[in-house]
Amino acid sequence: MYSSTDIIGILPEFLLVITAILVLILDLLDKRGETAGVVPLSLVGFIGAGIVSAFLWDRGGYAFYDMVVADNFTTVFRVLLCFIGAITVLVSPAYLRYRDIRLGEYHPLLIIAVFGMMVMVSAADLLLFFLGVETLSIALYVLACLDRRDSRSTEAALKYLILGAFSTAFLLYGVALLYAVTGFTSYAGIMENLRETTPDPLAVAGIGFLLIGFAFKVAAVPFHFWSPDVYQGAPTPITAFMSVGPKAAAFVALIRVFGIALDGTADVWMDALAIVAALTMTLGNVVALRQQNIKRMLAYSSIAHAGYLLVGIVAGGQRAFAALSFYLVAYALMNLGAFTVAMLVNRRGDGDYQLEDYKGAGFAHPLLGATMAIFMFSLAGIPPTAGFFGKLYLFSAAVEKGYVLLVVIAVLNSALAAYYYLRILGYMYMARPERELKPVPRLGAYTFTLILTSAIILFIGALPAGMLNLLFAALP
Amino acid sequence: MNDNFPILILLFLVAAVVVLAFLALTVFFGPKRPNPDKGLPFECGTVGVGDARAPFPIKYYLAGIIFAVFDVELAFLYPWAVAFRDLRLVGFVSMMIFLAILAVGLYYAVRRGVFEWK
Amino acid sequence: MTIQLSHYLLLSAVLFSIGAAGVLTRKNLIVIFMALELMMNAVNLSFVAVARYMGDAAGQLIVFFVICVAAAEVAVGLAILIALWRHKGSMHIDTLAAMKW
Repeated sequence: MYSSTDIIGILPEFLLVITAILVLILDLLDKRGETAGVVPLSLVGFIGAGIVSAFLWDRGGYAFYDMVVADNFTTVFRVLLCFIGAITVLVSPAYLRYRDIRLGEYHPLLIIAVFGMMVMVSAADLLLFFLGVETLSIALYVLACLDRRDSRSTEAALKYLILGAFSTAFLLYGVALLYAVTGFTSYAGIMENLRETTPDPLAVAGIGFLLIGFAFKVAAVPFHFWSPDVYQGAPTPITAFMSVGPKAAAFVALIRVFGIALDGTADVWMDALAIVAALTMTLGNVVALRQQNIKRMLAYSSIAHAGYLLVGIVAGGQRAFAALSFYLVAYALMNLGAFTVAMLVNRRGDGDYQLEDYKGAGFAHPLLGATMAIFMFSLAGIPPTAGFFGKLYLFSAAVEKGYVLLVVIAVLNSALAAYYYLRILGYMYMARPERELKPVPRLGAYTFTLILTSAIILFIGALPAGMLNLLFAALP
Repeated sequence: MNDNFPILILLFLVAAVVVLAFLALTVFFGPKRPNPDKGLPFECGTVGVGDARAPFPIKYYLAGIIFAVFDVELAFLYPWAVAFRDLRLVGFVSMMIFLAILAVGLYYAVRRGVFEWK
Repeated sequence: MTIQLSHYLLLSAVLFSIGAAGVLTRKNLIVIFMALELMMNAVNLSFVAVARYMGDAAGQLIVFFVICVAAAEVAVGLAILIALWRHKGSMHIDTLAAMKW
């Protein structure tokens, strides 16, 4: 029968699946799909899974024939993913009711998406990782098209599905070729059997395909083109969710697969990845400069951030991975916050998120203005926010490994990016509103989310070393 | 065995060059004549008559999609059945959990009226 | 000439390339879906061939999961296609051009 390590190892995932099923059944009790109970139940599920994950610190290990690894690194990201899920549940209901989206369909899918990400994070085998990716992706395809009245939502979902399936095929082909060379799909097995610096051509092809698959998933140039359209078309809470969650899960897998398992073959992929990182951040920032729609601007900004994060994979080593994890946490907080503000400021009701809407919003809505300032400072990497220390740790780890040129490009990019982040603040505080706009709704859940995320950003910004040490201790 | 791999890689490269060449050629030389027939779901060569959706009820493809999913999910039963004796209780419990989750999906589909023919 | 592992891998690579080319060049969304399936099944062929060559059942097991995932993906994809058809009345890829840059 199952051993206790097996059961403990997947307990948080198990709880989420149970919650998803309960929410689904609860939804069936009401034909109109307006059951209010699904929101608190989903919230309880996420918080419960997060607490159980945290409880597994130092208690987990390899489970299910080394398919699952529930080490402390997994724990940290399970907690982060549950947090992202809980925040998404908090900010969703008002938006969903406004756009006429069925709550009872949305919440189970969201929980299953988080479940898929947790599988990605805790996988110790490429097969399980693939299953996690697909669980996440299929749930996200449906979530992206839930806004049935808006044809852009359907368009976004279809683009996401075609390019997502395309990238998955590449990922899978990479897995198949590595399996052909090593005879294993587990990270440990691949690491054992693929140590030469100039491996078999078939292994090189496998690593290349795997890299293409990952690049699609984290929206790295030249495989980024799906993300702005999908971000713009999807319902905004889902955009917030998919700009942070899948990125965090994919980067954890990148650390486990490329940073650790394929570290022996680093010569093969290192240069390619460094070039991809430089291109990603540059293109993301340059194109973000000329965006007039905040969702697209944040999409290109998240492409740029994927570029910064890739620097951590290129640099390699414990310090870089701790810094990368730090940056992922900070990035999740600030992007969730920024999208929450975007949701509130979008007052036109036609699903258009123009930057002009922000003119004068800073004084009219002090809370929105103040928290948006924190999120934008953090995204731009200005002290004393979490985003600044994320960049600092990441770039100093890369310099230590000798990637000076890459870091110079990254720092120049950060300076460029500061322009378009601060432009929003300029609009909020220095411009007059051009016309009368609908009032911003005041809702407790949104206020709570904004205060919570900005407070954590400032808290991490005040005590960055403690956070870094925690992540350092968690590394595999 | 290993001697063949350079040839394999060469074939890969040739395939990639051919694909890219065709892509580029269609972009530059391909005639672009948008035509409503090209957007049809079935490019059979004959012009479709009427609306393709009209004749059959909307439930049909819902049932079809549900069938496609459940049909393939049950493929897992075959290897389980073959190895049933060796897998013992672990295999049995795991498969029951799997089937229970599938049953919830089926229950949801039934309750949402996918199989109601009117 | 006996059929070796490399022949299977070669066939798989060719099928994968045909699928990838199909996704990139075809204009009808349903044909694109078929090309995606071809890519997935090309990978399955690799898995089965390697599993057979090495006498390892894991590769065949993976194929079950891949088939399953591909079926779920297509089911969702077709449902989204129907939603698109209702909005636009076409399956042509140019209908996906409301959002650019």
